[in-house]
Amino acid sequence: MTGELGQFALLLALAVALAQAVLPLWGAQAGRARWIALARPLAAVNFGLLSLAFATLVASCVVLDTSVAYVTAHASQELPLGYRITAAWGGHEGSLLLWVWILSAWGALVAARSGDLPAVFAARVQGVLGFIAAGFIAFIAFTSNPFERLLPAPANGHDLNPLLQDPGMAAHPPLLYLGYVGFAVGFAFAVAALLEDDLDARWTRWARPWVLAAWSALTAGILLGSFWAYYELGWGGFWFWDAVENAAFMPWLLGTALIHSLAVAEKRPGFLRWSLLLALLAFSLSLLGTFLVRSGVVSSVHAFASDPSRGLFILMLLGLSVGGSLALYALRVGRLPPAEGYALGSRESLLLLNNLLLATATGTVLLGTLYPLAAEVISGVKLSVGAPYFDTVFPPIMLPLAALMVLGPLARWRGAALQNVKPLLPLALTALGAAAVLAFSLQGSLWLAAGVATGLWALGGTLALAWHQRAAWRQGLALWLAHCGIGIFVLGVTLVRSLEQAHDVTLAPGEETVVAGHVLRFDKLEAAPGPNYQAARATLSWQVGGTPLQLAPEKRVYGRRQVAMTEAAIARSLWRDVYVSLGEANADGRWALRVQIKPFMAWVWIGALLMAGGGVWGLLAHRRRPKSKLAAEPASPNIVPTLSTP
Amino acid sequence: MRKFIALTVFAAAVTAQAAEDLDTRVERLAQELRCVVCQSQSVADSNAPLAVDMKRHLREGLAAGRSEQELRDELVQRYGEQVLYRPALHAGTVPLWFGPVALVAIGGLVYWRHGRRREGGP
Amino acid sequence: MKLLLAALLPLLATATLVALLARSLQRDAQAEPVSPLIGKPAPVLDLERLAGDTPPRPGEVWVLNVFASWCGPCRTELPVLGQLAEQSGVRIVGLDYRDTLELGLAFLKRHGNPYALTWRDPEGKGSMAWGVTGVPETFVIDRKGVVRLRHTGPVTAEDLNKRLLPLIKRLQGA
Repeated sequence: MTGELGQFALLLALAVALAQAVLPLWGAQAGRARWIALARPLAAVNFGLLSLAFATLVASCVVLDTSVAYVTAHASQELPLGYRITAAWGGHEGSLLLWVWILSAWGALVAARSGDLPAVFAARVQGVLGFIAAGFIAFIAFTSNPFERLLPAPANGHDLNPLLQDPGMAAHPPLLYLGYVGFAVGFAFAVAALLEDDLDARWTRWARPWVLAAWSALTAGILLGSFWAYYELGWGGFWFWDAVENAAFMPWLLGTALIHSLAVAEKRPGFLRWSLLLALLAFSLSLLGTFLVRSGVVSSVHAFASDPSRGLFILMLLGLSVGGSLALYALRVGRLPPAEGYALGSRESLLLLNNLLLATATGTVLLGTLYPLAAEVISGVKLSVGAPYFDTVFPPIMLPLAALMVLGPLARWRGAALQNVKPLLPLALTALGAAAVLAFSLQGSLWLAAGVATGLWALGGTLALAWHQRAAWRQGLALWLAHCGIGIFVLGVTLVRSLEQAHDVTLAPGEETVVAGHVLRFDKLEAAPGPNYQAARATLSWQVGGTPLQLAPEKRVYGRRQVAMTEAAIARSLWRDVYVSLGEANADGRWALRVQIKPFMAWVWIGALLMAGGGVWGLLAHRRRPKSKLAAEPASPNIVPTLSTP
Repeated sequence: MRKFIALTVFAAAVTAQAAEDLDTRVERLAQELRCVVCQSQSVADSNAPLAVDMKRHLREGLAAGRSEQELRDELVQRYGEQVLYRPALHAGTVPLWFGPVALVAIGGLVYWRHGRRREGGP
Repeated sequence: MKLLLAALLPLLATATLVALLARSLQRDAQAEPVSPLIGKPAPVLDLERLAGDTPPRPGEVWVLNVFASWCGPCRTELPVLGQLAEQSGVRIVGLDYRDTLELGLAFLKRHGNPYALTWRDPEGKGSMAWGVTGVPETFVIDRKGVVRLRHTGPVTAEDLNKRLLPLIKRLQGA
């Protein structure tokens, strides 16, 4: 019964989304006030219907209605309740429904807060969002329906993929989609602005909080995905430059450029053009990512099992939305005022560099991700482009950006003199000195030196800036948090990647060996069953420092799916992580163990968390200022720039 | 007697040092090779039987004095180019390796052009 | 004019991208991966013998079959391999992947032995030389010692009649 209800709600939502797509846009073109007025209510109804559909899917999973094919594929009686809920987005169909539900939620939120926007503009925004929603709901309804029946209903389901039975999994897709899909709002604002008769920069002010919110959510979503992969996959890596990871990272890179451009677009026409293009491209990359994950063209740990016919549908959606919006851009961009030139060393010039470097970085990641595809299509050669490639080409683009990041807030608008930078010179020398010492004493790696120097410079420079302008902390905090986050992140990644060690040992229970100069004892091996799995748990103690570290990695076998999973044991601290994973057992009862030492691993998480925190604060600080003040305050060159004030 | 012990300890330390360098070399090489029977994992990270065999093969090869390049080429001959996570530079991969350089150059050009346009307007 | 060109660039890039992705969707993702050994000389292995004693003679077409006692499909293809040997007269050499001596012998004893010669490969060295990614895999080698075909997965009667026999007959006639 609930399955049919969900199905009905879904189809009704499709009709509403189509109405939302067509009527407001037509109404805006033709001046039909009544159709324009329909935009916001339709958005609300769409959200309501999709909420109903999604709720029925969740309900079906919770009660284990195995007559619904999706539930049988992704849940089981032994699955704990919490994971039965998250099973609703554990598979392709369900996660797509989540995708479009979050889109409708954003749309409804925008509609609710569009009171101050011109009605025509708001209607166009809803129209664009309606188009995207309609496209995806159609995709779900006709090719990936989670409500399909499976009759006769089997006694039990196939259980959720064990990789996904984890609290991190509960939060990763919703958070990721909040960001990923949230860029659709920026996209809609940009298209609506392009459709206006007068193409000006007001839309950037309205779009700013939405884009910042999406960006913060995406930062947190990627962070959580990485954090989860680290402890769940059992290999100790946290970023693999996997096609699906890149699919979420590319919108993030352009989104970062976008939030910086939106902040200045009203005052600087050149950045209006950047804002338009970036807003269109960021969401386009989100769509590309959705395609890559679900079409089966790239093999990946993340990729959903999909067939090419689904891929074709998304590709058409992609082609229409991206092609259509970029064609519109090409048509209308002539109406924009011409870009001015900027003096070298001015803040505008540095912001331009910021955008160029981020765009280059995005292009590079795109190249690496799609190259194997292209090579195979063009010449039939199967190539792999993996972490070694990206680790070679990406840092040379991003490290200069992190370094310039310190100069940006110090540079003057229109001015060329960087006299503000002089006080920071001692810091720069200290950073370089520390890096050189570190590099030569530990290992002569250029990247270690460059990364440490840049990270220290970024962190120190931002802290110095924060201290210098501590009086205006409310406006400045967002920038300080985010930029400090980048500094800490760069330090963390550089140090972990350069200094991490991995040791493979084989031990039987009761034996001990020396790893990295300290004694590792295999204390005992015991069975540790769980609700839907059997496990072998090894208890190890490693004598490093005063008290020995207790580590308990496991090897689990999930009954329903007969899949073996490694649960790594991680001993975390601010300065290093110890990561132990259990491999296979030999015929003679000895187990393969991989012991990894990862210095400064926690800094990677802290850095990313601070970035997301900066975004959130930027949102909160923006909302706290009464609207009347926004127009009154002049843009003083000494006030720390934020991304949410003019 | 003491000299003998000292010599033995020294020899053990040297071989331990050499063994540790071998570990690092194997690890580094294995990180750059793809486990062709896994979804998307490097040979270093994977526990699959093929990956374990490959790591052993690499260790024996390096210990016997063969070079990393030689071992890589041998694996490419057997498994194809897809076994390399860092694609070799040849005609088919020139756009891949020089693409980023080209992008940076284009970015630089754009930046320079913008800088040339001095502010003159009202 | 220049502005229009610059504005059209993202659009053109998108069109190219979509075309590329459409083409990549079309190619058969399930197609059997092509072995890099095809057209190259067969690797020469120096492995311990498990059973049998007649190696392939130089100038003769022969077949290599990689199997393991713990592999179900390997068992089901044994009779088909036997038919292959009978109908074409080729020598089939078996490569026992990651098995102990006892397990390998027991497998052949219990399920039949179509191999003229079987080598042991407990550490996977032989399989790695042949670029093997799973069991079972079957290779056809021509008179000049050049690898001509790799078949992944068990050899079914259909594979036998449609792929292997025609090729072997052609190579033997050459």
